[in-house]
Parts: sequence; C-alpha cells; structure tokens
Amino acid sequence: MSESRRYPEEIAGPFEAPPFAFEDREGREIEIRPHDGSDEEFEALVEMYTAFDPADRAQGIPPGQERRIRDWLDNILAEGCLNVIAWDGEDAAGHATLVPDGDASELAIFVLQAYQEAGIGTYLMEVLLGHGAENDVEKVWLTVERWNRAAVGLYKKMGFETSDSESFELEMTLRLSDG
Amino acid sequence: MKVLLGVGGSEDSIRAVERTVSRAAAAGDELTVAIVENDDADRTREEVEARVEEILADAGVEAEIRHLEGDPGSRLVDTAEEEDFEQIVIGGGQTSPMGKINLGSISEFVLLNSHVTVSLVR
Ligand SMILES: CC(C)(COP(=O)(O)OP(=O)(O)OC[C@H]1O[C@@H](n2cnc3c(N)ncnc32)[C@H](O)[C@@H]1OP(=O)(O)O)[C@@H](O)C(=O)NCCC(=O)NCCS
Repeated sequence: MSESRRYPEEIAGPFEAPPFAFEDREGREIEIRPHDGSDEEFEALVEMYTAFDPADRAQGIPPGQERRIRDWLDNILAEGCLNVIAWDGEDAAGHATLVPDGDASELAIFVLQAYQEAGIGTYLMEVLLGHGAENDVEKVWLTVERWNRAAVGLYKKMGFETSDSESFELEMTLRLSDG
Repeated sequence: MKVLLGVGGSEDSIRAVERTVSRAAAAGDELTVAIVENDDADRTREEVEARVEEILADAGVEAEIRHLEGDPGSRLVDTAEEEDFEQIVIGGGQTSPMGKINLGSISEFVLLNSHVTVSLVR
C-alpha cells in the first residue's frame, strides 16, 4: 500500500455529529450513536455481521465465521478507532468505522441487507464523518471494488475523490479537517 | 509438480513462501523461487533472498533461487510459460488496517495474463 496518498485540497463537510435520529424511507425509526463499548453493543454487531449476506462482502470483510467476526470486531472497535452504529431499537442495522492508519484513517461502512436502499448508509456516512471531524481526524482514505456502484456513489456524494485508479480496487480520499 | 513461486518481499509474499515450501516438503514439488522487483515492499532483494534461504533450510527443501529483472508480472508469466511450469504461486494480497484485502498490481497482471494455473496464498 502506498504511503503517499493524494488528498483533496478542500475540506469536505460540514457533517452532522452523533447522536442523530431519523425515519428511514421504510418508515423505521433509526438512531445513529457512537460506539459505547458495552457488551450488548458488541453482541448486536456480532449478530448483524453473522446475518450479513456473503455476496455483500467487500474485499474479505466482514469475515465469514463468528469466531473471525469477533476477532475482526475486536480489532476495529479498539481504543483509537471511531465507530458509529445505526440502531433499529435493539438491533444493529448498520455500522461505519474509521481505523487509524498513521496520520490518516481508513473507512468502511456496512448496512444489513434488509435495511439497504432506505437512506441509512447516507446518514451513517454523514454521522461517521461528523464524528471524525469532532475528534480531529484530518484525512480519510478507503479502497472499494470498482463494480460496487452503491458504495462508490455514496463516497462521491460525501466528497471523496479518486486518488488511485491503477489497482484492482479504487482508492478514494477525503480531507476532513485541518487537525 | 513444477512450481514457480514469485516473491517481491511484501508480507503476503513471505507468507506465500512459508506455505509453498511446507507444501513442497510434503508433496515433493519441484520448486523454483523467483525474486522480483517490488517497489511497495520494505525489504531489499538481499533481505528477501536471505529470508527465502532461511525458510528453505528450516524445512529442508531444495529449490533454485533466481532473480528476475524488469517488470515483475510479465517476467513471471514469461518464465512460467517458456519453461513449462505447471503452476505460478504468489501472495494473496496485503491486508489493510481495517482488514480489507488489496491485490497488488503484480498479482493483478499475473492473474489476468497467465496461461499457467495461478495460486494465491492466503
Ligand atoms: C454501500 C452501502 C453501505 C449503502 O448503504 P444504503 O443504506 O443502501 O445506502 P443509501 O440507501 O443511503 O443509498 C446510498 C446511495 O447508493 C445508491 N444505492 C444503494 N444501493 C444500490 C444498489 N444496489 N445499486 C445502485 N445504487 C445503489 C442509492 O441510490 C443512493 O444513491 P442516491 O443518494 O444517489 O440516491 C450498502 O449497500 C452496503 O452495506 N453494501 C455492502 C457492504 C459494502 O459494499 N460496503 C462498502 C465497502 S466497505
């Protein structure tokens, strides 16, 4: 992975910070809250990712077995990472994360199939970036498979620009704050 | 089986060496290790070669070690085809801090262009 990523000059946003509540396009009451570190929350995420359709995996994540899901979640929910979760009552409907990587953070987002295409992904991105900005994250990058139209469209809408299109996956970057 | 193992020096390529060498020890594969240029890797060619030799010695496996100059992907594919290798083995991609797998440009070239079976090691 190249350490010399290009970032847009301009700062994206402003974005909404959590908590944030809204009604999705299916009429469900959804609330987006930051990760609170509780066991209930961890188990709700395990449940969401265990139910995740393998066809919707992105570059190997989420992993496929419960044991691997738990290891992966331990890693991305660790100290220093920023996470927001979209709740439908007690159930996790979606999750977005910023994992620190040097002076930048890597981003990923997942919405459970039954909740997709109802506007939740858009709000989750918005609130994750708002959460990042309030925690002084400066630069955000991600990679995404070219054919993942929903994700690429969503990232562009938030202000991400393609920084590397020479590899298998597209690399996109966004400047979130000046630290 | 006659196997050409391509190594650029990234973490995943070293893991591919470990796996392929232990497989060769068990299956009696005829192994050739090709060290290629990889600008993304942190190790020098000499460090890569030393590491490969160490892994081979630990497993008690004999293999020819070669250095391929020039564009790594095309040199691996050419070598495999010209010398009738039955399989090319390469690393299965780097893992990002998030846990996403990213295929490098060498793997991409080899996968798309090789007429010899390609194995990615995870
Ligand atoms: C990408 C993802 C997070 C989007 O979540 P979502 O809740 O469906 O998003 P939204 O409903 O807010 O829609 C976002 C945009 O994507 C578009 N979109 C959603 N699903 C789509 C699909 N299957 N095909 C094409 N466009 C789609 C929507 O039309 C919308 O665009 P618009 O704002 O121009 O209308 C979700 O599809 C997902 O989790 N996918 C699997 C995991 C993944 O690929 N993650 C990204 C890489 S980490």
